[in-house]
Amino acid sequence: MKISIERGALLKAVSQAQSVVERRNTIPILANVLIEAEGDHVQFRATDLDIEVVDRAPAQVERAGATTVAATTLHEIVRKLPDGALVSLSADNATGRLAVAAGRSHFSLATLPREDFPVMASSEYQSSFAAQAVVLRRLFDKSKFAISTEETRYYLNGVYMHVADAEGGKVLRCVATDGHRLARIDADLPAGAAGMPGVIVPRKTVGELRKLLEDDEAEIAVSVSETKVRFATPEITLTSKVIDGTFPDYTRVIPQGNAKRLEVDAAEFAQAVDRVATVSSERSRAVKLQLEDDRLVLSVNAPDSGAAEEELAVAYGDERLEIGFNAKYLLEIASQVDRENAVFLFNSSGDPTLMREGNDQSAVYVVMPMRV
Amino acid sequence: MPAFCRDCLSVTEPASRCAACGGRRVLAHPELFSLSIAHMDCDAFYASVEKRDDPELADKPVIIGGGRRGVVSTACYIARIRGVHSAMPMFQALKLCPDAVVIKPRMDAYAEASRAIRAMMDELTPAVEPLSLDEAFMDLGGTARLHGAPPAVMLARLVRRMKDELGLTGSIGLSHNKFLAKVASDLDKPRGFSVIGVADTADFLRDRPVRLIWGIGPAGQAALERAGIRSFADLLRWERTALQARFGAMGDRLWHVARGEDRRRVSAHEPVKSISNETTFFEDTGDPDILDGHLWRMAEKVSDRAKARGLAGRVVMLKLKRADHSLLSRRTGLRDATQTADRLYRTARALFDQVGGQGPYRLLGVGLSDLCAQAEADKSGDLLDPGAARRSQAERATDAIRKRFGADAIMKGRALR
Repeated sequence: MKISIERGALLKAVSQAQSVVERRNTIPILANVLIEAEGDHVQFRATDLDIEVVDRAPAQVERAGATTVAATTLHEIVRKLPDGALVSLSADNATGRLAVAAGRSHFSLATLPREDFPVMASSEYQSSFAAQAVVLRRLFDKSKFAISTEETRYYLNGVYMHVADAEGGKVLRCVATDGHRLARIDADLPAGAAGMPGVIVPRKTVGELRKLLEDDEAEIAVSVSETKVRFATPEITLTSKVIDGTFPDYTRVIPQGNAKRLEVDAAEFAQAVDRVATVSSERSRAVKLQLEDDRLVLSVNAPDSGAAEEELAVAYGDERLEIGFNAKYLLEIASQVDRENAVFLFNSSGDPTLMREGNDQSAVYVVMPMRV
Repeated sequence: MPAFCRDCLSVTEPASRCAACGGRRVLAHPELFSLSIAHMDCDAFYASVEKRDDPELADKPVIIGGGRRGVVSTACYIARIRGVHSAMPMFQALKLCPDAVVIKPRMDAYAEASRAIRAMMDELTPAVEPLSLDEAFMDLGGTARLHGAPPAVMLARLVRRMKDELGLTGSIGLSHNKFLAKVASDLDKPRGFSVIGVADTADFLRDRPVRLIWGIGPAGQAALERAGIRSFADLLRWERTALQARFGAMGDRLWHVARGEDRRRVSAHEPVKSISNETTFFEDTGDPDILDGHLWRMAEKVSDRAKARGLAGRVVMLKLKRADHSLLSRRTGLRDATQTADRLYRTARALFDQVGGQGPYRLLGVGLSDLCAQAEADKSGDLLDPGAARRSQAERATDAIRKRFGADAIMKGRALR
């Protein structure tokens, strides 16, 4: 194999691939990226056995072929090369090395045989549809903060992407929860997605997927089966196993009858929460909300370190309420609001609270209160 | 030379018999009234509690341990004469001593006795550092004026009170640091009182084996032996830097200990790092229902102890020992610390579900670590488990009932499995 490729194109392709590679590996070949050159392009393939990413880039292929080389080393080298450099990669079958050259820099990297590289088995996808990058980006960006890291409830370690019935008909919905907060985000159902099985997209895949979604207008080809999900652009194909488990019935978690309504400017609210939380050194900072007659008093009382209080003018006309929340959770959901005011719907100080943006039902958040 | 009688506690001249009471237990040592670091170790503690509570056992060999298959946790001195010692497998102990009375440990009774002893020690000094239910370090430095008697006499009074009021005996080691005090308490058991002074430290240690050093187990001994170190005399021949190079951080401690030096303080406030409980079964079992019952009981015990100390924890641990003694342990973190048996059980149960099928098991344990104050615990509910709040309330109510009517007044059906 011998190719020449522009440094920028190479860096983009290799970065996506190397980020999939796990830093600590017991199987040496999983630290490598598989480089395959043919026709007028080269592709880089990396996997951790759960996720596989294939990234294609145009290249001058002098000699077709394939080899594997340490992904992080290659990435580091390419990153440090000067912008605009022309990089040549050539595999020497006799020495089993990959020569990397650009300008006056020369590197020789150890390789492992391409035959040993595990390629993810292709599978039958039950459903394939196209979605705009901007739509997928909203679905995952607004839900991923609620993904659980708890290993015992592994089925919460991802975003549940499925087709659901909403008021206006069927929607493509993403839900994530860790038991303390929940995010439910809806988007119009893309054509052809109606028969899609619901899948739990793992946290790491959600992170990798994000890199495919930078360009608003890009069309993402989505394929879903019971066990795998694939997201593809013309350059990048991301295939991932889905979490083998049943996502809990989240619908009964979302409160329907919460009647006490608070409307507040989300940015002001978030800043105030952030300020008062400063005095608490506890890991789980509890903020108390006192609501009465268009007045919201936020307070933190940490016996060891101090106390803080801040008052906000808000719209609240229901009976007096005192309720506590984890400051971090409040900040996270408040930061999801970007267009209108944040609307909180409370029931009592012990019941889950609902938050949404204005009257927009397509992004709903639930947060569990905390004893204060 | 300072001396006093351990029976009547009167300060006397060194003699074979006490001038005041005629007793034969006169203790004399040049530094007797100046040393203040002590280690108190109860004599065959569990067995002594059993003998005290059942006088019929007084002249019988008594072994405390878990069932036929377990190991000996304590043997009384009669059983020890026959060669039984703690940590010996029970079948072997019964071979040596077939007429032994084997008693399942009654931890509650031992804890009760331990608390009573602790209260007596607390009267002597605020610096009491318990190592377990039946042993503790005490620093009586500066208490002589308060008590109107030197530490040695107060310690002798302590063991006499333990005998008179609790019917339990203990041995005292008195020296100038923790390492030597602990070594001393073991020299003359039972009912011993041994003193290692500053002046006799070097002579005392010279020919003793290095396994005396606290914290040197079989593996450490083997490592020392490979370096040709068996006795303290061997250890003394090593340069400090050479010991450090060979044994790392331990090397420095070895160098000091070789010279009878130990700078650790007697600390009354060693913070608790974790709370755990485990049980070895009468028979190995892989039965999920039986294991689930054990899981609940262990979770409940850990929760009870956490509640008693006002603590909660953020990490739940599960420990399983297979029939071949291989160990499986799992842990998981919680976002919101807990002290309730319900959450402990459910979390441990989830861990168990991940590994459970690899039985049969001989032991199961549950633990709680990354501890914090209970005020910081169980502050928020679980969206996906709306029943949790009610179960937690039920648990608090159960606790209140037990407090009033005893531990057996109310229990979960699960606990009976």
